[in-house]
Amino acid sequence: MADIRNNFVGIKSPNPFWLASAPPTDKAYNVVRAFKAGWGGVVWKTLGEEGPPVVNVNGPRYGAIWGADRRLLGLNNIELITDRDLQVNLREIKQVKKDWPDRAIVVSLMVPCVEESWKAILPVVEETGADGIELNFGCPHGMSERGMGAAVGQVPEYIEMVVRWCKANTRMPVITKLTPNITDIRKPARAAHAGGTDAVSLINTINSITGVNLDSFAPEPTIDGKGSHGGYCGPAVKPIAMNMVAEIARDPETHGLPISGIGGITTWRDAAEFMALGAGNVQVCTAAMTYGFKIVQEMIAGLENWMDEKGHASLEDIVGRATPNVTDWQYLNLNYVAKAHIDQEACIKCGRCHIACEDTSHQAITNMVDGVRHFEVIEAECVGCNLCVNVCPVENCITMEPLAVGVMDQRTGKPVSPVYANWTTHPNNPMAKVAAE
Amino acid sequence: MATGHFKEGIAGGRLLPEQYADNFSDLHPPLDHHEALVESDRCYFCYDAPCMNACPTSIDIPLFIRQIATGNPIGSAKTIFDQNILGGMCARVCPTETLCEEVCVREVAEGKPVQIGRLQRYATDVAMSENKQFYPRAEATGRTIAVVGAGPAGLAAAHRLARHGHDVTILEARPKAGGLNEYGIAAYKSVDNFAQAEVDYVTSIGGIDIQNGKALGRDYQLSDLIRNYDAVFLGMGLGGVNALRADGEDADGVTNAVEFIAELRQASDLSGLPVGRRVVVIGGGMTAIDAAVQSKLLGAEEVTICYRRGQEHMNASEFEQDLAAANGVTIRHWLQPKRVIAEGGKVSAIELEYTALKGEKLVGTGERLMLTADQVFKAIGQSFVSAALNGSGAALELEGGRIKVDTEGRTSLANVWAGGDCIFGGNDLTVSAVAQGRDAAESIHRALTSNGRA
Repeated sequence: MADIRNNFVGIKSPNPFWLASAPPTDKAYNVVRAFKAGWGGVVWKTLGEEGPPVVNVNGPRYGAIWGADRRLLGLNNIELITDRDLQVNLREIKQVKKDWPDRAIVVSLMVPCVEESWKAILPVVEETGADGIELNFGCPHGMSERGMGAAVGQVPEYIEMVVRWCKANTRMPVITKLTPNITDIRKPARAAHAGGTDAVSLINTINSITGVNLDSFAPEPTIDGKGSHGGYCGPAVKPIAMNMVAEIARDPETHGLPISGIGGITTWRDAAEFMALGAGNVQVCTAAMTYGFKIVQEMIAGLENWMDEKGHASLEDIVGRATPNVTDWQYLNLNYVAKAHIDQEACIKCGRCHIACEDTSHQAITNMVDGVRHFEVIEAECVGCNLCVNVCPVENCITMEPLAVGVMDQRTGKPVSPVYANWTTHPNNPMAKVAAE
Repeated sequence: MATGHFKEGIAGGRLLPEQYADNFSDLHPPLDHHEALVESDRCYFCYDAPCMNACPTSIDIPLFIRQIATGNPIGSAKTIFDQNILGGMCARVCPTETLCEEVCVREVAEGKPVQIGRLQRYATDVAMSENKQFYPRAEATGRTIAVVGAGPAGLAAAHRLARHGHDVTILEARPKAGGLNEYGIAAYKSVDNFAQAEVDYVTSIGGIDIQNGKALGRDYQLSDLIRNYDAVFLGMGLGGVNALRADGEDADGVTNAVEFIAELRQASDLSGLPVGRRVVVIGGGMTAIDAAVQSKLLGAEEVTICYRRGQEHMNASEFEQDLAAANGVTIRHWLQPKRVIAEGGKVSAIELEYTALKGEKLVGTGERLMLTADQVFKAIGQSFVSAALNGSGAALELEGGRIKVDTEGRTSLANVWAGGDCIFGGNDLTVSAVAQGRDAAESIHRALTSNGRA
């Protein structure tokens, strides 16, 4: 049986599935329910400094987009950090940690960007017995207008500064949560690293408008006729998040820096993908908010089954395994040739592959052969683009089959070369490096 | 003497009053808004979609379903009506299981097609409930066209002709318009007087004058129409019923199934409608099923369909056969009627002979079976009554006993077109009649206006 116990920067949890800092972790009631359901840890919803708590809007806080059958694909929120009293939160954190010593409790923090504020909050959190802190440099709405959250996360120098203050003022591990609302995720990650962070977590939510009400012409979610960009999350952001995780994992400056992966993780498979790209564990929010805490049971069992099936004994066997395979375009093998293949037994003849290829790509799929509705790849036209695979409603009906070395590519009329050759040495590249004499 | 459910002979009031409404409620209740959205999400928006190709009126099904999914049911209805102005009725009565839904790729993939018929009903119901009219008439052409028969073919032709600016007079023998939509389908397939609502919707376009009680050959001749109108469209359907060719079939209690179905549709009080305690229906098509199921729903104790060939030869779709079975109708195969036995002039039993295929030919085996029956329905097909065409001057050419037309619906007579069940080569489907009426109208329009230009 695979061992999925997790040790993330010294924080131990029975599995790598944590709930992210968000509404599901705002109070003991929810967190205890989550632990009962099986979650390995939580990042307690962001605490602010002592004083009157923040206030939230009293209209809708969330907006969404949906796929077929109204499956929630993307969620956006304009909720702020916890609006509960600091002392209440601290008391509850302490009690829950005491009651659930085997689970990870990390406390998310966001206070003004002055050292005194951090110096004030760190000891009171430490006193709860929490396992670590997460610096919320990501929240893109509301708090950022007050110089916190993403306003810090978008300035690498501030990140480095605050991380340094925290490392200097607490013994707890520091996880720096990054905002994706920047151009190059490596810059804030490097800054956090330079400040001495123990780990980064990403992504926080993405600035977004989920919809526009076409009667009132107001963005959604709408509060009294107006809307504000909220933070976008859920399955729709997963590809963006995975790329950012991989960029940090493969950046020479931050390679090896522990990463807690966040962004649209809904199933065990999503989690495994993040971990393969370099995440030491994962944090989940939208999936729980959509389906409830029970989903973690699918995640645990699915991850274990997959690891057993593949012979991975522990999480160390999978974390970062895909990182070396993430590269730059210029290093992709241009001599690799694949062609689409349609399994005629599985084909239900919807014709979507044909029309996608015919209208928008390379005219490489038939729709009629000898007067009969029939979809088949014309290898002489197929560039192996994969669009047909992507639009086919039947899984594994269309597959990309690599041509073996030496086999004639009917499109180019040339046999597949055994040699790896990329753009850096390609004759069409004016900057091509000439092989050393 | 038994009463109520078990009354001997042909009698009404077999059920409790409230059971009638229950038994004859909508067979396929309409999808509500949520159901329609969920179902529309299942459509894959296929290229050159098989469903669309299977539809005799070639409705762009993927498009209309996508329009439902995107919250545009009115646009969806227009997509449907563009091809089939009787899309509302077709949504209710089409044997979708042998047309669009049979070839739906999700039927292929999962054995569960998108419910195209019910989605079509959803969209057309929305448009019709708002009386949303999509087709302004073109400038008046001054041309007049006579349409014989206000059934699906005639209505579809009339609407298309009216759209093109022509003035249409529909001559209908029955007291109401609608043809088989009004008189010929099971009551639970079209509830709430939908056939008349649809006639009103279709004729709202203007330029269509329906004259009821006008029968061809009785009240006027084809030659009159040819003389008085610029063009004539014949869509009078089938007026005759095939005989059993069994001895004694004139006995009381032997009825044409189509008449029973019509009477049932027109009845204001179903409890007053008499039906036998033991009913035998002879035939294997939709009419047989409709008569048998409705007999059962009226309270008949035993209903047996006897068909002279095997299950695989039945014209009734598998769905219809299942419907009959689910309602307690017994379907027996390889039996042909030989003799109706009467007591006091009233049918008391029917004697049938087992059949078998000898090569291609169906033959009686000699073995006989007697079924007790106090009512026998004949549902072995309808025939075209060409006598009405007599006195038309030049003879209209027939083929296989029905009117011969070319691909555009032109008959052998100049300026006379035909469509629907009365033409040769039809498949007795409402939706096909609509397609033929529509296409004949386009042909008429081209003929009258030199390629469509007035």
